[in-house]
Amino acid sequence: MDSGTSAPPLLSLRGVSKSFGPVQALADVDLDVPAGAVTALAGDNGAGKSTLIKCIAGIHPPDHGQMFWEGEKTRLHGPGDAAALGIQTVYQDLALCDNLDIVQNMFLGRERLRRGQLDDVSMEQAASETLSDLAVTTVRSVRQQVASLSGGQRQSVAIAKAVLWESKLVIMDEPTAALGVAQTRMVLDLVRKLVERGHAVLLISHNMTDVFQVADRVAVMRHGRMVGVRPIDQIDQRIVVDLMTTGESDREVSEQPRRDEEPRPDDDQEVPG
Amino acid sequence: MSVREDAATAQAGAPAATSVGEYLGLAWRRIKGGETGVLPVVGGLILVSVLFQALDGHFLTAGNLVNLLVQAAVFALLSMAEVFVLLLGEIDLSVGFVAGIGAVVLAWLARPQFGWPWWAAIGAALVATTLIGLLHGTLITRIGLPSFVVTLGGLLFWQGVMLFVLGNGGSIQIQDPVLNAITSGTLSRPLGWALMLVVVAVFGVVVWRRDARRRGSGLVAPPGALTLAKIAALLVGGAGLILLANADRGMLAPVYGLPWVVVLVLGVLVVWAYLLGRRRFGLYVYAVGGNAEAARRAGINLARIRTAGFVLSSLTAGIAGIVYASRLRSISTSLDGGTLVLYAVAGAVIGGTSLFGGRGKALHGVLGGLVIAAIDNGMGLLGFSAAAKYVVTAVVLLVAVTIDAVARRRT
Repeated sequence: MDSGTSAPPLLSLRGVSKSFGPVQALADVDLDVPAGAVTALAGDNGAGKSTLIKCIAGIHPPDHGQMFWEGEKTRLHGPGDAAALGIQTVYQDLALCDNLDIVQNMFLGRERLRRGQLDDVSMEQAASETLSDLAVTTVRSVRQQVASLSGGQRQSVAIAKAVLWESKLVIMDEPTAALGVAQTRMVLDLVRKLVERGHAVLLISHNMTDVFQVADRVAVMRHGRMVGVRPIDQIDQRIVVDLMTTGESDREVSEQPRRDEEPRPDDDQEVPG
Repeated sequence: MSVREDAATAQAGAPAATSVGEYLGLAWRRIKGGETGVLPVVGGLILVSVLFQALDGHFLTAGNLVNLLVQAAVFALLSMAEVFVLLLGEIDLSVGFVAGIGAVVLAWLARPQFGWPWWAAIGAALVATTLIGLLHGTLITRIGLPSFVVTLGGLLFWQGVMLFVLGNGGSIQIQDPVLNAITSGTLSRPLGWALMLVVVAVFGVVVWRRDARRRGSGLVAPPGALTLAKIAALLVGGAGLILLANADRGMLAPVYGLPWVVVLVLGVLVVWAYLLGRRRFGLYVYAVGGNAEAARRAGINLARIRTAGFVLSSLTAGIAGIVYASRLRSISTSLDGGTLVLYAVAGAVIGGTSLFGGRGKALHGVLGGLVIAAIDNGMGLLGFSAAAKYVVTAVVLLVAVTIDAVARRRT
């Protein structure tokens, strides 16, 4: 489905399946996530987006299928394996401790020690550097508690944490879901900045406007299957909606909104070639 | 905070030249932002002192204040024990009777017919209470039982064990002079001064070096003058304490010197504050109490941190039990572990520790314990009954929680 490139993509999934009891959450999913690009993952509720990112993050090891990291076949046995490869996930709930400050949150689980004690100075310097590299300049002090931050600032801290930990792939689950207009723009700018720095970003979002603002590629899932992966210039919002709801679309890319076609009836088995 | 304020706020990471005024401004902003720290409890302590002094006139005498410090020791230690579990968002209802078990083990082993030396008896008492904490923690984390229920069971169970060992209405006397001297013994006048100066000197060097490193690294740091002021304040406070303790407070024969138990409580405070404030373990305690799921995703072993919290709680309760037994020179079935644990929770909360986890310090336990002892002591001087003391303590507790809640809501 992807236009071929010479170097292997950062992450490739081939034929990944995952069942929870009788429920098949993922069926034979293929996906490439290249470095230096935002891959948006779209799909209706229950389409398998969350399960897919949990597979990649090592939380739910897949039942079948293969995962290639920088061209090498690999298998994750837990979140620690994913983190060791350089995969960081920014969850929707952000997983920040309100009662800790920005520096403590960014280093949580990987504190720097100096003579057995927490090395606050070195951690604070590194955290400040990362935040200013990412042009996150709205926080008053890196020593302020996360509880006192706005939603966008919290999101920025969570993303900066992923950067600080030298991740190659940053997975974001609905990063703008709870944000206002200005803060959404701040977070989307941050996403582009990550990509400019060479990170790969895999972004889950329901918000089509956001997707088309930042994504380089769009992957659409439906009923646990990957029904389409296209570069951003070969897809538009109506095609995404077609793929999400029916699993296929024979529209041409167009800037004109059209509303003349009825949605097709559901067919779970249908996968476009 | 939003775009509107951006221009006015310092850029993250930009080295900030900090003057005394700016630094105090930052501190004031934190207080206004709801991080009131120990200010309410210190204010409360001053208020209570002024009130009792106005009503009686004996409250602020050297004799009574030193006596008050000794009275506060058990409350302060038990409140510190409770801080560990409250930080984790848990509760430990058993600390009162765990202290009782510590006291029983101590007194039992130190009896002349058993003949353990004082240090071995103390060691055994602390080992016993540590193991109790390990048992509680293991039940809570490995089986997943609520700490409220497990430690409520602990409250009943260890009370039962204590009554069983002591017999109905029984008691064990402590004759070992060293054990009794923990609370009744005092430092000689020169030793008190020397110890205070050493402590201030060590603290001064540590704080100065830490602040100097921050200043050298271009981070927001307290200016040197403020660091010196901090050290000077400690020196003044320490000197005040020693002057107070070294004054003759005897009625018939001269009595003076700092009681050893004050040194013990301050020592426990320093160790626990260091553990919680400077070590990775302490940070993890705060992280687990703040957001257990975030801590888990960060790779923190929740069960281990929680178990350690209960172990440290019971260990601290064991120290409190030793002090309790030393003060009474015996341990008897009159130990009311149920009231003690409620005072322990109240002390921690009055000191500023949150019941919901993640916010609190060892210092809060000591200050809260002091408030509770001050109310007890002051109302005793005024001739009030136990009934009135309970009522007033309850009011102070509610005021403390209200201050905390109001301060938080404004953020």
